[in-house]
Amino acid sequence: MKTITNNLVKTLLVSILLTTSVFAAEKHVATLRGEVNIDTQVKPAAIPKVVNEDIKQTRNYPMQPPVIPHKTRNYEVNLNSNKCMSCHSRTRTEESQAPMVSVTHFMDRDGNFLAEISPRRYFCNQCHATQADTKPLVDNDFIDMHTLMKSKESAKKH
Amino acid sequence: MKELIKIGWQTMKKPSAYFSLGFLVVGGFIAGIIFWGGFNTALEATNTEEFCISCHEMENNVYEELKTTIHFSNRSGVRATCPDCHVPHKWTDKIARKMQASKEVWGKIFGTINTRDKFLAHRKRLAQNEWERLKANDSLECRNCHNFDYMDFTAQSSRASKQHSTSLADGDKTCIDCHKGIAHQLPDMKGVEGW
Repeated sequence: MKTITNNLVKTLLVSILLTTSVFAAEKHVATLRGEVNIDTQVKPAAIPKVVNEDIKQTRNYPMQPPVIPHKTRNYEVNLNSNKCMSCHSRTRTEESQAPMVSVTHFMDRDGNFLAEISPRRYFCNQCHATQADTKPLVDNDFIDMHTLMKSKESAKKH
Repeated sequence: MKELIKIGWQTMKKPSAYFSLGFLVVGGFIAGIIFWGGFNTALEATNTEEFCISCHEMENNVYEELKTTIHFSNRSGVRATCPDCHVPHKWTDKIARKMQASKEVWGKIFGTINTRDKFLAHRKRLAQNEWERLKANDSLECRNCHNFDYMDFTAQSSRASKQHSTSLADGDKTCIDCHKGIAHQLPDMKGVEGW
């Protein structure tokens, strides 16, 4: 009996904690609208410039799809053509000197390699994105594995 | 028929019986101005965007697609109209292109591309015509505005300046080789060089 009540108290506490934290979070969600009410029109911010430096950026984790370091305005990716692949395909990279799409893109979902890019990887922008030159709305406290491992190692030593 | 030609020829051969030489010279001069002026005015009238998009084939397909591109709307407000890219500026070339375009009148009359589906079915052939034309004249219509001699490579992105200072500079490539589909949507690019 004691354990049951104990458990009950625990679950109650947890649920109270959860709901309060949800309410607290709702108040401080950072949005592009800012603190403006939903029924008023916000003056839109200027459209930021797209980074066009052609310089590779570090991936935050090994499986991160690399970001696009150049403009892609009016690039067509549809049934008829794939503008991205006119530089990044296997046969085009010698002339374009662009990085070739990863070999994983040639695999179907069963892991078989196809001759051409797999249909499920055809739409580049599903994973790869251009970068705008802006300040982030919220600070990112993501720590990558290497930093995490290093800090743990140094903590052990001391 | 033969008689008619004969009479006509004899009339043309005979000196004028009623009109003075002065009247004929001045009259011929004025008629010449009217004819030539009228011809050129008509030619220029067919060389405007309003004329091009007066046909729904052009207005609903290629013109709509142009609207989303940088050649229609951009930061400086300079824009290209249909004839800027599709009709040569030099008179002799222009007449040659206009004579070719008489085939397009045929197409209009018989409705070769009078629906979206028909247009899409013909799109590759139509695009290839333009690519071939621009390849043959070294992208003349591009260069009417984009003059290579005044290009500032330092103001371009690193990739653009590299391509322009090598392949374009030594004549290995011309504008259209890389800049396909900049003003209209692309057809099926299977088999097109560089795709």
